[in-house]
Amino acid sequence: MSTLTYREALNQALAEEMERDPDVFLMGEEVGLYNGAYKVSKGLLDRFGEKRIVDTPITELGFTGLGVGAAMLGLRPVIEFMTFNFSILAMDQVFNSAAKVHYMTAGKYKCPIVFRGPTGAALQLSAQHSQALESSYAHFPGLKIATPATPADAKGLLKAAIRDDDPVVIMEGELLYNMKGEVPDVEDHVVPLGVAEVKREGSDVSIITHGKMVHVALQAATALEKDGVNAEVLDLRSLRPLDVDAILATVQKTNRVVYVEEGWPYVGIGSQIVDTIQEEAFDYLDAPILRVTQADVPMPYAKMLERMAKPSAERVVAACNRVLYRQTV
Amino acid sequence: MAQTKAARKTSQAGGSSNGRDAGARKGDALLGLKKDELHAMLYQMLLGRRFEEKSAEAYAIGKIGGFCHLYIGQEAVAVGSIMALRPEDYVITAYRDHVQAMVKGITPNAVMAELYGRVDGCAGGKGGSMHLYGAEQNFLGGWGIVGGQVPLAVGAGFAIKYREQDNVVLCYMGEAAVNQGAFHESLNMAALWKLPVIFIVENNRFGMGTAWERASSLYDISQKASAYDMPSAVADGMDVIDMRRVTQEAIDRARKDGTPTLIEARCYRFMGHSMSDPVHGVYRTKEEVEEQKQKDPITRFLELLKDNNQLTDEELKTMDAEIQKVCEEAAEFADNSPEPGLEDLYTHVYASEDVHGRLFFDRKNRLEQG
Repeated sequence: MSTLTYREALNQALAEEMERDPDVFLMGEEVGLYNGAYKVSKGLLDRFGEKRIVDTPITELGFTGLGVGAAMLGLRPVIEFMTFNFSILAMDQVFNSAAKVHYMTAGKYKCPIVFRGPTGAALQLSAQHSQALESSYAHFPGLKIATPATPADAKGLLKAAIRDDDPVVIMEGELLYNMKGEVPDVEDHVVPLGVAEVKREGSDVSIITHGKMVHVALQAATALEKDGVNAEVLDLRSLRPLDVDAILATVQKTNRVVYVEEGWPYVGIGSQIVDTIQEEAFDYLDAPILRVTQADVPMPYAKMLERMAKPSAERVVAACNRVLYRQTV
Repeated sequence: MAQTKAARKTSQAGGSSNGRDAGARKGDALLGLKKDELHAMLYQMLLGRRFEEKSAEAYAIGKIGGFCHLYIGQEAVAVGSIMALRPEDYVITAYRDHVQAMVKGITPNAVMAELYGRVDGCAGGKGGSMHLYGAEQNFLGGWGIVGGQVPLAVGAGFAIKYREQDNVVLCYMGEAAVNQGAFHESLNMAALWKLPVIFIVENNRFGMGTAWERASSLYDISQKASAYDMPSAVADGMDVIDMRRVTQEAIDRARKDGTPTLIEARCYRFMGHSMSDPVHGVYRTKEEVEEQKQKDPITRFLELLKDNNQLTDEELKTMDAEIQKVCEEAAEFADNSPEPGLEDLYTHVYASEDVHGRLFFDRKNRLEQG
């Protein structure tokens, strides 16, 4: 095992895949000369040159569509969004082009492309720069979505995404880049898409979540442990394809579920998870499922309001207590 | 306004490369093309026309559904430009795509079957009129969002340069796409990185029902190229020879060093925007349409060929009879091709269908359970 930061793990994944396959290239705003807005691509320009590490104008729609066209011709582009907040400008190309290439052409063309970048709130960046857009992307059949929570998953999922023949969206936690973690030293550390992982074993309640919220859930689980509650934390890792078997397994084990996500509640990822559980594991539930999400408002700037808007370990603990019928308030 | 509306209409069809004498090709009215090449061009133009007439019939009796955008009147643009390509070059276009697809080599049978939504269609019945594709023919398809295909074309150009090939990409769009941000972003990158893409704006005067001068602050589309430091040309989109000449110049530039070109092909659509749009009445008069029909690109080409002793009435008659037969057969082929089965609903959503977990929330087994 090596200890790497999340950004170093992503950087390794990119470098290894570019080394392995000459058709892989990275494109985005300031990925080259500037070494990446979040330094994920640090050193790659020196190593792979301007042909494969391509700085673009600030034109998300244009360079995203360029990537899709290049992928149709068999290249394997990795498109970096400086943040997923800006990807909204490129949604036509992701939703209307990339997601539909294989289907509309009845399999004549493939679209092996990766869209990646940071998602979710950082600190006091306000409404246009603090959005968790997973549910928007997950809505579209034809796309695959992964949300790594740890350096090991960041490396493994990105490598899997680059090798995948379909368009894959890798949404990285904006506040996770400095986080350190153990990454297996194996020669080819790949985490398959569509496989969830139990990040903490437990028996009393399941906290199901993904991405940055895995850490909030783990904090909550630690707090609950002090109170004699043994919470299981299931990290979905991929939102499409969804590991339904892992969800059902944890529900059958603990019979109680709290879903945590950074996005908005309305038509959020949690809505789908709750539906899946009620349809396929209704009889295993001992309590209604609760969701902990961002408040249903654009993110405010003011510090206290922002704190109130975001999901927190305290709110997760409270939700767990409620599904355990231990809530006193 | 630099030009009155009437003057603009008059100047719609016609034009030549910027800075060139419109009479430059007088000495070589046929560009030195051999008789069989000229006949091949005529064949494709006539095929496009007859095929679309057949499509209109099929649409009227409900064999073709959805949107159906006909190309009648614009045949010279696709034929003049695509026939200047090598087979390995790429073509991408928007939703008025039947003729481009056939000139690029997709068979009339496969196109008609696609319009009918049948399994033998060039997109297995999943695309329909607006989404024709041919991987073997390097036809990157018809796309349905105005301007959405333009960045894809630049991506194809990027891949060509990445692989150090000398292929080129022809990217068609209607004039309305020029107002989209996608157009601006794409031309900027193509010029910045010298990507071998030839942007052909088919200026048929109307974005759906809105005349160009009511939609754009700048009338002369070719001038847009100056914003990207890109070569440009105006072609007479009603003249297949002019179209071929202008495109060939652009192709030569692109093959040499990747230089992209913006071509404005001034043409006119004789039909409505789609089958639900009347030919005239709302946004243009019957007189205007009739006036433009005097410049019918097929009639003009026929006259040119006859004037130059390249075509006899007998040859034309034989060719047209053959084409009529091809179109009849295409309709028959489409009629006899099976509709996709229910199992096809779930195929091709993903290239890799054997991934872990479940791909669909609305799952196959539920469909099978009925």
